[in-house]
Amino acid sequence: MQQFSARQFGRWALAAGILALLAAGSAHALEWNLQPAATKIADDVHSLHEYVMVLIIVIFVGVFGVMFYSVFAHRKSQGHKAANFHENTTVEIIWTVIPLLILVVIAWPATRAVIAQKDTANSDMTIKVTGYQWKWGYDYIKGEGEGISFVSQLSTPRDQIEGTAQKGVNYLLEVDNEVVVPVGKKVRILTTAADVIHSWGVPAFAAKQDAIPGFIRDMHFKAEKTGTYRGQCVELCGKEHGFMPIVVRVVSAADYTKWVDGEKKKLAALADDPAKIHTLDELKARGEKVYAANCVACHQATGKGMPPAFPSLDGSKIVGGPKADQIALVLGGKAGTAMAAFGKQLNDTEIAAVISYTRNSWGNKTGEAIQPAEVKSLRK
Amino acid sequence: MSAILDDHAADGHVAHDDHQHGYGGMMRWITTTNHKDIGTMYLWFSFAMFMVGGTMALVIRAELFSPGLQIVNPDFFNQMTTMHGLIMVFGAIMPAFVGFANWLIPMQIGAPDMAFARMNNWSFWLLPFAGSLLIMSFFVPGGAPGVGWTMYAPLTVQMGMGMDLTIFAIHLLGMSSIMGSINIVTTILNMRAPGMTLMRMPLFCWTWLITAYLLIASMPVLAGAVTMTLTDRHFGTSFFNAAGGGDPVLYQHIFWFFGHPEVYIIILPAFGVVSQILPAFSRKPLFGYASMVYATSSIAILSFIVWAHHMYTVGMPISGQLFFMYATTLIAVPTACKIFNWLATMWRGSLSFETPMLFALGFLFLFTMGGFSGLVLSLAAVDIQLHDTYYVVAHFHYVMVAGALFTAFGGIYFWLPKWTGKMYDETLGKWHFWLTMIFFNITFFVQHFSGLAGMPRRIPDYPLIFETWNKISSIGAFGFGLSQLLFLYIIVKALSSGEKAADKQWEGADSLEWTHLPSPAPYHSFVTPPVIK
Repeated sequence: MQQFSARQFGRWALAAGILALLAAGSAHALEWNLQPAATKIADDVHSLHEYVMVLIIVIFVGVFGVMFYSVFAHRKSQGHKAANFHENTTVEIIWTVIPLLILVVIAWPATRAVIAQKDTANSDMTIKVTGYQWKWGYDYIKGEGEGISFVSQLSTPRDQIEGTAQKGVNYLLEVDNEVVVPVGKKVRILTTAADVIHSWGVPAFAAKQDAIPGFIRDMHFKAEKTGTYRGQCVELCGKEHGFMPIVVRVVSAADYTKWVDGEKKKLAALADDPAKIHTLDELKARGEKVYAANCVACHQATGKGMPPAFPSLDGSKIVGGPKADQIALVLGGKAGTAMAAFGKQLNDTEIAAVISYTRNSWGNKTGEAIQPAEVKSLRK
Repeated sequence: MSAILDDHAADGHVAHDDHQHGYGGMMRWITTTNHKDIGTMYLWFSFAMFMVGGTMALVIRAELFSPGLQIVNPDFFNQMTTMHGLIMVFGAIMPAFVGFANWLIPMQIGAPDMAFARMNNWSFWLLPFAGSLLIMSFFVPGGAPGVGWTMYAPLTVQMGMGMDLTIFAIHLLGMSSIMGSINIVTTILNMRAPGMTLMRMPLFCWTWLITAYLLIASMPVLAGAVTMTLTDRHFGTSFFNAAGGGDPVLYQHIFWFFGHPEVYIIILPAFGVVSQILPAFSRKPLFGYASMVYATSSIAILSFIVWAHHMYTVGMPISGQLFFMYATTLIAVPTACKIFNWLATMWRGSLSFETPMLFALGFLFLFTMGGFSGLVLSLAAVDIQLHDTYYVVAHFHYVMVAGALFTAFGGIYFWLPKWTGKMYDETLGKWHFWLTMIFFNITFFVQHFSGLAGMPRRIPDYPLIFETWNKISSIGAFGFGLSQLLFLYIIVKALSSGEKAADKQWEGADSLEWTHLPSPAPYHSFVTPPVIK
C-alpha cells in the first residue's frame, strides 16, 4: 500500500510535468531537432544523425524490452523463483560481436562525412574570421570582395537584454555587420583569435571551428540556398561569451557583386584622414560611439567598470595621467587581462576620439583633445 | 561470484572491537585512522559539497528560466558554471565513492582496515582544505574563475586570484586522490583474507582496483596542466601562449588526457555498486563475473586513447579525427557487455524493488540513454554540429548524474543498514527515488532538444527559440534539488530513530560484510581474517 502511494505520486508528478511542458510550449514553436540544413554537409550530418537514431531506437526497444519484461515477469511478489545460471560463454561472445558489427555499419557513413567536412580544397573564396572579446572580425582575403574588412558585433540593444524593452525576434542573434557570401560558392573560412579561444559556427551549415589565438585553422561551407543564417560563439571566452553572435547572409551572385561594390565605396568614404585636426566636441561625440561599441561591456557606461577585473576609468590614474601612457595602453592592450590591443581593431581617429572621450567624461575633466596624429606617432 | 565462506572465521561480536579508543568529540574525527570513520567523513563531506554545487546549479537554472539577464551578471554566471562543475566532480562524486571504498573494501575482502591507516586520515583531511580554497575564491578580488571546469587556456590567464586558489585546490585534491588510490591498491593486493583470490572478490573491489590505477595514472597529468597554467599566469612561461612559442590547444590535450580517464574514474566504482545491488535484489549471482572484470579493464585501457574526442572542433587532421572516432565508438562494446550482463543477472531472477534496487534500475535506464547520446557524439561529423551545445550538457548529466549520483544513492540505501545498524524508511526512500527520477528527466531530457537546435552551453542568456526547453529544465532542476532535502531527512531519520536492521538485511546479499559481520559492523572488523574456501 505504501509502495503504491509512491507510484501514484510518480504518475501525478509526470502529469504535472507534461502540463508544465504544454503551458510553456504555447509561447513559442518548439525547436526540437537540428536546424534545417543549408549545405550538402549539413544534409549528410542530418542523415547520419537520423540513421544512428533509428539504430538507437531499435536497440532501445530491444534492451529495455528485455529489462521491463524481466521487471514485470520475474518478480518475487509474483512468486517467481530465481534461476541460478551465471555464465554462458556463447551468449557473451554473441553480445560482444553484435555491438561490434553495429559499429562497423555506422563507421562507413561516419567516415565519409568526416572526409567531406574536412575537405577545404578548391574553394571559390576565402574569409578570415578573427575572434575578439567579444566580437568577430572578418577579412575577405581571396576571391570576389577581396579587401573587404569589418568588425561584426551584437546589435541587440542593452535594454532588451536587461528586460526593460520587448525582445525582438532575432534577440541575441543579430549583428551590426553581417557576413555576406554568394550562394553555391565554396567558402573557405580561416579562423584565428586575438585574445582567447572562441569558436565560429553556423548550425545550419554544420560548420564549426575553434578560433585559436596564434594559430590559423580552416573549414569550409557551400550554402545551397539564399537566406540569413545565424549562430553564436560556442567556446567560453569570458564575460560576454553569450553575446557574440554570427550572422551569415547568403545572396545570389548578382546581389553579392552589388554588395561588394557598396562595401568598397563605404570603406573609401569612411576612411579617416589621420592628419585632420578635430575639436574636442567632435572627438567626444565620435568617442562616445566608439566607447559604446568597444569599451562599455567591461568599463560600463558610468565609467566605473567592475573592479577589480575591469577597472574604473572614472578618476583613474591612467586616464588622468600623461596622455602618451593612455594611448600606449589602448594601442597595445594589457597582457594577462581582458584589455585588448585596440591598435589592430580601431584606426587612429577612433582611438584619439575614445581617449578624448574618457579624459573628459564622468568625473574626468582634463580638457585635453587628443588628435589622431598623436596616436599615429605612438604606433609601433 | 559466490565464495564459500568458513563460518568459524566470523569475529564481529568480540566486545572490545565494538567501539573506538582514544580521543572523544571532535578530536576523534581529526585523529581517526579507522576506515569506517574515514569512510563516514568522506560521505558527509561529499554530501555537503553536493549541496553547495547543487545550489550553484539552481542559480544557473534560475538565471536561465527566462531569456534576458535577471538574477546574476554574466561574470558571476560563468563563476557558477565553473564552480558547479569543479565542486560536483572533485568535491561531491569522487569523495563519495572513496567513502564507499573505505567502508567496503576492507569488509569485502576480509581485511581489518586499509593498508595505510594514517595516510588514509591525511588523504581525507586534505579535502576540507581544498574545498575551502575553492569556496574562498569567491571572496578574493576578481571572484572565482569563470573559465568552465575545463579551465581552458588562455582564458585562465585573464582571471584573478581565484584562479590560483582553484589551482592549489586541485593540487590538494589530486594529492588526496593519489594517496587514496595507493591505499586502495595496496589494500586489495596485500590484505585479502586467505582464500579470497582476486577473481573471487566482489565486483565493487575490482572496479575500485582498476579505478585506483586510472587515478594514479591521470591525476599527475592534471596537476601538470594546472601547474603550467600557474606558471603561465605568474612566472612568464608560455606553455599555452602562441606568442611565446606555446600552444593553447596543448592545454586541451593534456587536460583531456586526464579528463577522459576521469569520467571512467567516476563511473567505474558506480558500476561496482550496481554489480552488488542488482544480484542482491534479483536473488541470483551476477551474470558473467569474469567478463565484467575484463570489460571494466578494457574500458579503463580504452579511456587513455580517446581523449581528443572532446576536441573535434580544434581542427585536427582527418586521420586524427578518424582514429579518435573509431577508438571512441569501440568503448560501446565493453559497455554494452556490462549492460547485457546486468540484464542477464535480472533475467529469471526473483526481483524485488526496494529503494537500492530502484536506484540501480534507474541507473541502468538513464546510463544507457547517456550511452546512446554518447554514440551520437562519438561520430566526429555529428559532434562538430553538437560540440559545446546543450546536447553535450544533457549527455554528460545522463552519464554523470545517473551514473554516479543514482548509484551513490542506491549504495547508501543498500549499505546504510550495515553501516549504522538502522533501517531507513522504505516508503520515503521510494518517494526519494521517484521524485529524483522524474525531475532528473524533466531537467535534462529537454536539453537534448535545445542542444540539437543549437543552443551553446555556458551562456547566461539565450535566443527566444530556446525559451520553452529552458523553462521546463529550470522547473525540473528546482524539483530535483529540493528532492535531495528529502534524502537528508531520510538519513537523519534513520540515524536517529530508524528500526534495528538485521545482520543480513537483504536476502540476496552474499558478500562478507553481510554474511560474516553483524549490523552495525563493529568498529574493528576481521581482526582475525576469515577463511574463504
